Amino acid sequence: MKVKAVAANEVVSVKLLIQHPMETGRRKDQGGNVVPAHFITEVTASHKGVAVFHAEFGPGVSRDPYLAFEFTGAKAGDTLTISWVDNKGSSEKSDFPIVAM
Amino acid sequence: MGISRRQFFRTIAGTLFSLSVISFLPERLLAGWNAGAFKAGKLEDAVRELYGTLTVEDSPAIELTVPEVAEDGAFVPVSVSSGMPGITSISIFSETNFSPLVASFDILPRMRPNLSLRIRMAETGKVVVIAKAGDRLYRVSKLVVVSVGGCG
Repeated sequence: MKVKAVAANEVVSVKLLIQHPMETGRRKDQGGNVVPAHFITEVTASHKGVAVFHAEFGPGVSRDPYLAFEFTGAKAGDTLTISWVDNKGSSEKSDFPIVAM
Repeated sequence: MGISRRQFFRTIAGTLFSLSVISFLPERLLAGWNAGAFKAGKLEDAVRELYGTLTVEDSPAIELTVPEVAEDGAFVPVSVSSGMPGITSISIFSETNFSPLVASFDILPRMRPNLSLRIRMAETGKVVVIAKAGDRLYRVSKLVVVSVGGCG
């Protein structure tokens, strides 16, 4: 995951890039075999234990999902925890610093 | 004659097993993921799975930014924002996709209704955004011309 969380005027702007194939389950490989569906289903962000972002994704989200959102109530120097889970049960959870603009 | 004792226990055991699988598996694998909405093949069905039968009205208070022409349907940038108070959910759909619902966002108390996401579009069609505020659904849609489909 690549995350940029910038605090300015009480608002934290988050830009997030997750490396993930986001296979729709409808694409065929070079051998003509259907590539099984493999996509992120949920993305969550929390600040000091409180959820500040939650999204459900389907396979219509692009490969290597790019996403941006905003939330309030945090400041530069705080930590933002972001996690995702996919339809195969894989997941990732990491902490990122919120920086000043 | 009714069913035998053995048959009775078999039926009970079978039922309990099925129930445990049904209730246990999806929740563990995909906590909170709305499979019915994401698998729906029609936009109206996906909306109903997500929001029930609330009425939908078109609203200029939801701002949707998409390109007029997308060279590559695999990466179409979509931005949604609104100054409307009380929004609790925003969902993005691509009308012509095999499954129209692309993503659904809970607008939590500390979140602002201001989002960007890159989506796939199978072919030229409308990107539709629905926002829920109170018991009402507000819709905005824009046509995107897709040069090369992104769902292959």
